[in-house]
Amino acid sequence: MSDKQMRITLTAWRQDGPDAPGRFETYDVPGVSPDMSFLEMLDVVNERLQREGKEPIAFDHDCREGICGSCGMMINGQAHGPERGTATCQLHMRKFRDGDHVTIEPWRAAAFPVIRDLIVDRTALDRIIESGGYISAPTGGAPDANLIPIPKPVADAAMDAAACIGCGACVAACPNGAAQLFTAAKVQHLNLLPQGQAERWDRTINMVETMEEYFGSCTLHRECEAACPKSISIDFIALMNRDYAKAQLAQRRLVGQTFP
Amino acid sequence: MSIRGDLVAPVPPGPLEDKWDNHRFSIKLVNPANKRRFEIIVVGTGLAGASAAATLGELGYNVKVITFHDSPRRAHSIAAQGGINAAKNYKNDGDSVYRLFYDTIKGGDYRAREANVYRLAQISVDIIDQCVAQGVPFAREYGGLLDNRSFGGAQVSRTFYARGQTGQQLLLGAYQALMRQVHLGTVTLIPRTEMLDLVVKDGRAAGVVCRDLNTGEIYSLSGHAVVLATGGYGNVFFLSTNAKNSNVTAAWRAAKKGAYFANPCYTQIHPTCIPASDDFQSKLTLMSESLRNDGRIWVPKQIDDPRSPDQIPEDERDYYLERRYPAFGNLVPRDVASRAAKREVDAGRGVGPLKNGVYLDFSDAIRRLGRNVIEERYGNLFEMYERITGEDPYVVPMRIYPAVHYTMGGLWVDYNLMSNLPGLFVLGEANFSDHGANRLGASALMQGLADGYFVIPYTIGDYLAPMLGERPVPVDDPVFREAEQAVSDLTRRLLSINGKRTVDDIHRELGKVLWDNCGMARSEQSLQKALAEIPAIREEFWKNVRVLGGDETRNQALEKAGRVADFLEFGELMCIDALHRNESCGGHFREEYQTEDGEALRDDENFAYVAAWEFTGTGEQPKLHREALEFEYVKPSTRSYK
Amino acid sequence: MAATLTPRGGVAPVRRPRKGGPAIVRFYRSAVGKKWVMAVTGIALMGFVLVHLIGNIKLYLSKEELNLYGEALRDMPGHLLPRTWLLWAFRLGLVAAFVLHVHSAWGLTVINRRARPVGYQSKRDYVAATFASRTMRWTGLIVLLYLVFHLMDLTWGNANPDFVRGDPYNNLVYSMQRPAVALVYALANVALAIHLSHGAWSLFQSLGINNPRYNGALRRFAYGFAGIILVGNLSFPIAVQLGLVDLACPGDDPVAECNEESGL
Repeated sequence: MSDKQMRITLTAWRQDGPDAPGRFETYDVPGVSPDMSFLEMLDVVNERLQREGKEPIAFDHDCREGICGSCGMMINGQAHGPERGTATCQLHMRKFRDGDHVTIEPWRAAAFPVIRDLIVDRTALDRIIESGGYISAPTGGAPDANLIPIPKPVADAAMDAAACIGCGACVAACPNGAAQLFTAAKVQHLNLLPQGQAERWDRTINMVETMEEYFGSCTLHRECEAACPKSISIDFIALMNRDYAKAQLAQRRLVGQTFP
Repeated sequence: MSIRGDLVAPVPPGPLEDKWDNHRFSIKLVNPANKRRFEIIVVGTGLAGASAAATLGELGYNVKVITFHDSPRRAHSIAAQGGINAAKNYKNDGDSVYRLFYDTIKGGDYRAREANVYRLAQISVDIIDQCVAQGVPFAREYGGLLDNRSFGGAQVSRTFYARGQTGQQLLLGAYQALMRQVHLGTVTLIPRTEMLDLVVKDGRAAGVVCRDLNTGEIYSLSGHAVVLATGGYGNVFFLSTNAKNSNVTAAWRAAKKGAYFANPCYTQIHPTCIPASDDFQSKLTLMSESLRNDGRIWVPKQIDDPRSPDQIPEDERDYYLERRYPAFGNLVPRDVASRAAKREVDAGRGVGPLKNGVYLDFSDAIRRLGRNVIEERYGNLFEMYERITGEDPYVVPMRIYPAVHYTMGGLWVDYNLMSNLPGLFVLGEANFSDHGANRLGASALMQGLADGYFVIPYTIGDYLAPMLGERPVPVDDPVFREAEQAVSDLTRRLLSINGKRTVDDIHRELGKVLWDNCGMARSEQSLQKALAEIPAIREEFWKNVRVLGGDETRNQALEKAGRVADFLEFGELMCIDALHRNESCGGHFREEYQTEDGEALRDDENFAYVAAWEFTGTGEQPKLHREALEFEYVKPSTRSYK
Repeated sequence: MAATLTPRGGVAPVRRPRKGGPAIVRFYRSAVGKKWVMAVTGIALMGFVLVHLIGNIKLYLSKEELNLYGEALRDMPGHLLPRTWLLWAFRLGLVAAFVLHVHSAWGLTVINRRARPVGYQSKRDYVAATFASRTMRWTGLIVLLYLVFHLMDLTWGNANPDFVRGDPYNNLVYSMQRPAVALVYALANVALAIHLSHGAWSLFQSLGINNPRYNGALRRFAYGFAGIILVGNLSFPIAVQLGLVDLACPGDDPVAECNEESGL
């Protein structure tokens, strides 16, 4: 806890609509409490802008607990800002110092067009899931949940991958605008589990190829891993690469799940 | 029972355990080949909405699903931490469908419908099977089988969990199933779209009016049935653990079109949230209840004690839960713990810079078990706490305070989950059903998925079957045109006020009135006060709110304004309901109705009913309909945690 | 107000690769496939760079050793194949690997450019990307340009006024005695080492060879490999410039005295 208040200078990207030209606007923000979250600081700026008759800065947000994946912006050139493993809503102003200049900008990628100010359209990520990010298990036909034991390390690894919140920070942070971490996390969440084996190879091909219709390629900069609010490892990208090559090149009728 | 209700939900005949089977056999079916001739509109993509849309799509219905998020995966179900209950009895500790049913009825303080609750307990088992088949990575033991934990004071271990992210994993499972149907073309997904009205024609739900949030376009969707799965109304308090965009708009606008709103006063307060740090606080963050297993709750005995916690000697601390409830101590149920904390803070013994919390102290546990054990059990929670407050809970006691968390009330539904308006179905937190006056921990996820995966897919057929061959009402029908017009008029009106106060400013004021007067404890006096103040705030809103910008691009202030306008009407209903219910039960605690020990005093004689309110006009006294609750199997008794 | 439902939301793909065709072609069309090809050809090129270095170390033994090494290359694999056939096979393989490596790099660059046509308007602050990873394209290009010069200088001779076909030892020494050439050579090798320090690690990821147990070792391998190539290759111009290695046949007419049949 700290009682001292900070004053920061905020430079924010303003863009009135998808086709409008954007620009940076700078605001003086006094009275910032270190206990405020970054989004609460923006709330304060917005309250003031509205009182002054100016439209508030539009930004996506919802749960403010770092799990829904709605929020996200570049803060001083870093996706979700300077704290590792943290979504924008969980970033707190105590990470900044009195007098700091903070610049915020929307995610930039061809597949993430700006809707307004800091809001971008991330439906391309849904297209990737739609193309195969599921196990086809129609309601009602499921066997008993304990029928297939799953080794704890496997279940844990699947959970590590499944923790993805779909915020798009990996794309935003990647110098290539690639969505490999997002895609690999979902592919491997499902490919690691016994339930996911039946569709493993088709899932991998479909998801990778859909991903590539929208996003860039992976140069293994590791920026995605550093920006990920759930710190998902790029190891999953390697596993996806392996599964993709195998899916395309191996004799699928003979490749069981135990194939190395 | 002496209560005569005018509202009846036909419950299937037969013994409790056979009711659902009997019902499924007796309801009408839609031939598989005919299902594609029916259009169903699902509003909301949380656990209930996504699972319903996916399953209805699998069955072959033509489904349109709308969400105001950019992706179905962002619905607030995603934030549930704890787990999901199921009567699997994998732990061999005596759990059964009947026990889960019994615990839920008792936990709900005997204000839920027995048949619905029993069905929920029966279905719970299938939910786990379904989720595992979808690839939900539940926690497992070293042998590879599913792990369970006990949760929220339950005496059996029946809670399945996926780290602290159970809601996320279950929602992703439902979302994936939904996206599969989108891919197959049975479901049309319409994101970034808000439902702003329900359209009713000839007494039946005929469709919805929506607004495209990106373009401001207002248009209608028409269908044979409308399924609302739009969550709870906790944000009426402004500060709650709900997501910022959660709102009552869809349910409230349906209520204004004739759907009854049931038990709005049942609101659940969660005892372990992080207290507000300043006036800019935008929402509250929940810390898992499991913390109370090892943490000790205390406040300084001295009022307004300025000392830091480590300076306060043991004998000047009041471990008030341990003192007042020696048997359960720090593990008393949510409502009891919450009220006790409020009592201490109201008495001036609150801690923290704003004196608005109580300590949750782990120093004893750390001494007894070692830091490693505590780190293993709660490491991620401690980390989250430190991130938010900047304090290290291994060294400084945590500060906690109760916050609004879940709302048991909702639109009234019958056994088929259909509201009193034929064709309008309501699922999940948006309906009033299964939890009675108080929800057990880890039961919200269970109910949402039960409704969506396993109830609505069958029961909707009973409504649709006789409609075979009927076309949905065309969207150029006058009822749609009028509803669209009303929605655009409302939008224009909000934009034209151009007063002085922001939407949040007014919402905050409403929230404070409700929290102070209709929060953890209510009294006739406080409720009368709130009922006097709310219309004034509402008037202030319509005179003096400032919503800038236009309606043709994304305008978040405009969206918020519409939602707050509804909260301003709904909040009044909540107080009216709380005022009429002259008893204390579950999430509704009336100060006048308590035992000498300060426990909730129920009045089964006069209040064992569901209060379903019919809207009669803004600011008008709503009309009360009663559904009498009969308890054939579980006889009401009084809770005691001494 | 729209009377009918129009498709809402959604973003058009930025790239629509053709579907179908043989599996290997389909594979190469994808970015993951290109990366895979890049990794495999990278391994081939790394093998060449390493063997090239080992061969060149014979410079320090004597002129004869170096020239005999060249001879041995032409003679591979003894009498199993006609002379120079295997060497040509290697050369063709190398050329193919090089072409594919560059072609896939080109393709990936195009994909990446399309994925973010409008870049960030404020300054980026990279936290994990290394200098090497961010400059792969440029270090690769430097090595490519240098390679052309290197071939003209020491293989074809048109960039080396003192070139004598078949005398690699003296050609090399002559060339390195020119300070400008030595400097260019050194810079190109620094670029190569930087390129390798990222490439020799990331190729494993591209191929899906990953195990948390030895991921650290792979990282160290890449740095070690790049270091060996750097030190080894830089030693030649330094040794020549310092005079530690000199022409084997000093005199006015080195050609007459020193001309021997030699390789590379």
